[in-house]
Amino acid sequence: MKNSVSVIALAAAAVMFVAAPAGAGTLEEVQKKGFVQCGVSQGVPGFSNPDEKGNWTGIDVDVCRAVAAAVLGDAGKVKFTPLSAKERFTALQSGEIDVLSRNTTWTLVRDTALGLNFAGVNYYDGQGFMVRKDLGIKSAMELAGASVCVNIGTTTELNMADFFRGNSMDYKPVVFEKADEVVAAYDSGRCDVYTTDQSALAAQRIKLKDPKAHVVLPEVISKEPLGPVVRHGDDQWLDIVKWSLYAMLEAEEYGVSSKNVDKVKSGSKNPIHKRLLGVEGDLGKNLGLGKEWAYNIVKQVGNYGESFDRNVGPSTAVGLPRGVNAQWKDGGLQYAMPVR
Amino acid sequence: MAEETKQAPPPARPPIWNDPVYRALFFQVLVLGGVILGGAYLVNNTLANLERQGIASGFGFLERTAGFSISMTLIEYSEEMSYGRAFFVSLVNTVLVSLVGIVLATILGFIVGIARLSSNWLLARMAAVYIEVLRNIPLLLQIFFWYFAVLRNLPSPRQSVEVFDSFFLNKRGLFSPAPVFEPGFWLIPTAFAVGVVAVIFLARWARKRRDATGQPFHTVYVSLGVLIALPFLAAIVTGFPMTWEYPVLKGFNFKGGSELIPEFVALVFALALYTATFIAEIVRAGIMAVSHGQTEASYALGLRPGPTLRLVVIPQALRVIIPPLTSQYLNLTKNSSLAAAIAYPDVVLVFAGTALMQTGQAVEIIAITMAVYLTISLLISAFMNWYNEKMALVER
Ligand SMILES: N[C@@H](CCC(=O)N[C@@H](CS)C(=O)NCC(=O)O)C(=O)O
Repeated sequence: MKNSVSVIALAAAAVMFVAAPAGAGTLEEVQKKGFVQCGVSQGVPGFSNPDEKGNWTGIDVDVCRAVAAAVLGDAGKVKFTPLSAKERFTALQSGEIDVLSRNTTWTLVRDTALGLNFAGVNYYDGQGFMVRKDLGIKSAMELAGASVCVNIGTTTELNMADFFRGNSMDYKPVVFEKADEVVAAYDSGRCDVYTTDQSALAAQRIKLKDPKAHVVLPEVISKEPLGPVVRHGDDQWLDIVKWSLYAMLEAEEYGVSSKNVDKVKSGSKNPIHKRLLGVEGDLGKNLGLGKEWAYNIVKQVGNYGESFDRNVGPSTAVGLPRGVNAQWKDGGLQYAMPVR
Repeated sequence: MAEETKQAPPPARPPIWNDPVYRALFFQVLVLGGVILGGAYLVNNTLANLERQGIASGFGFLERTAGFSISMTLIEYSEEMSYGRAFFVSLVNTVLVSLVGIVLATILGFIVGIARLSSNWLLARMAAVYIEVLRNIPLLLQIFFWYFAVLRNLPSPRQSVEVFDSFFLNKRGLFSPAPVFEPGFWLIPTAFAVGVVAVIFLARWARKRRDATGQPFHTVYVSLGVLIALPFLAAIVTGFPMTWEYPVLKGFNFKGGSELIPEFVALVFALALYTATFIAEIVRAGIMAVSHGQTEASYALGLRPGPTLRLVVIPQALRVIIPPLTSQYLNLTKNSSLAAAIAYPDVVLVFAGTALMQTGQAVEIIAITMAVYLTISLLISAFMNWYNEKMALVER
């Protein structure tokens, strides 16, 4: 009855627009209830995934933990709401969650018509295609007439339509709400192609019966900047989420990690370190937070590079290269605005 | 006595605030006004909130280009068409799956319901087991079962099961030849329509004659004959203006011909098998509600068991069956929205799903979607009420 449930949820959300309080005041609310309510996926390894004990891990999860560390001083004070792609924006709009951190692409429509604000990009991605190896296909341009399994409510669905339409190829979309059903349908042969963000392809591939029997085609058909999202109307909360992410990036850029943060804090002469860790000045005050907001993030969650390596890096099962997500100094796109 | 009443003065009208008529009217107006005010407040507040949060509203999106494809389209559709068009495509899919489900569930439900009352022990037991098992498993699980169980066992397109080189069954669906109509074809459906009208008159005449003379008439056989013979004659006259387009394997899959997607099959199966269990119980209850004396009287008049069931028991049972049957039809229609779980492109998946996500207009789209189910349900109710009235006991 899950789909009736989601319809009801949407309807309920529609009703909640009526009752939902103005967007302002998320910080006070979070401080009052003592935890951050964070919307995540229903399970994408490396991004947001629960283990057997119900502990969530992933780079999207780490953004939520960073916000909790900054606001409440404890990265553990996060409650997670698993959401399908279809449910996620309603959950945020209606105030069910405080922040959405769930491989969500930043687009104009979402940023405007949906009443949302993107707080940054924690993973630069692009959409790809996966097919069975034994089909012998080498390029996405050979996919005319294919059946394609896809998640509803995603940019994936739209890019796919654009791609096939733009190349005058026909296709049959087979559209599911839950990612696990997309994977199951593709795995059982209902579709020729499985398409989603390349990172998610790498992550979901682990769930296939025989991961080695599939290949990811070389074409990347879209830009998918994935990042955390908040509601319109609460600039302070937007700032907090935005700068929590930047703090992780800035820490990596200037060589501060969870391992050396205490040493740097007590010993470093670098003004950038001092400002970031709250030794000099009080940047936290501008965000409505304590002096040690960024120190807590780095100490408890780690810097961006640590989070990346731990969750999706080459040594993990997902095995993604750092690629365009390297620091700008190393030729990548990750670039924190100056924390000063 | 009579004189007394005549002389009694007309009862004094109570003051208006004590007059039950006015009082009732007053409270009704009060409640109605309250509901309208409350509704207006909600609508107004919603609009204000949507605007403050910067969320788009209005129905203009229905004319914008949809841009996505749909895997099953009974009316013409392409990505260039509007959201409004996509809505109609998905609406047709919802109606189709509900109608086919209702027809199959009714047929199966009647068979199983009667079988359960059969004097054949094995048959009655089998019907009972079927009912108890399927009725007690959640429908969503059954849908998944049919979908994934069916999918898993079908071959891939290249290894399709073929029948006569024209029907192909594989994981992508059942592909069969599709008729291609040539000019002059219109005569055949016209002949069929004429046949239908003729049959209606024939049935009326036959009933009148039976009522008057008691002579039965084989309406069914004659009607079938008329319905087949007329279009066939028309076909001969026009020289069979129809060819078949055969599906052929091209690239990933079969092209041409007509296609039945596995999502449709799984959904119809699950809906029909599940709802049929409830209908079977309703049918059983209906038949049992007809007093046994009716059957005995019928036997005493010399009718055999078949005609007894058909002419005496079922018509009386129907009066008990139809009202609860209506609510099963409504259930089936509403349950068809579970389609979204297995990628069947119904209103919920396409419109309240993809279109909603793309436009972000949850309030408008959910409102339209609810209106769709409400309308379909009211239509079914209206039809069944009409049928119920028709079947009602006519006192003579
Ligand atoms: N980045 C895209 C796609 C995001 C998305 O939902 N991808 C699916 C395909 S793997 C997913 O992650 N599903 C996980 C889930 O539903 O739990 C978007 O924002 O629309």
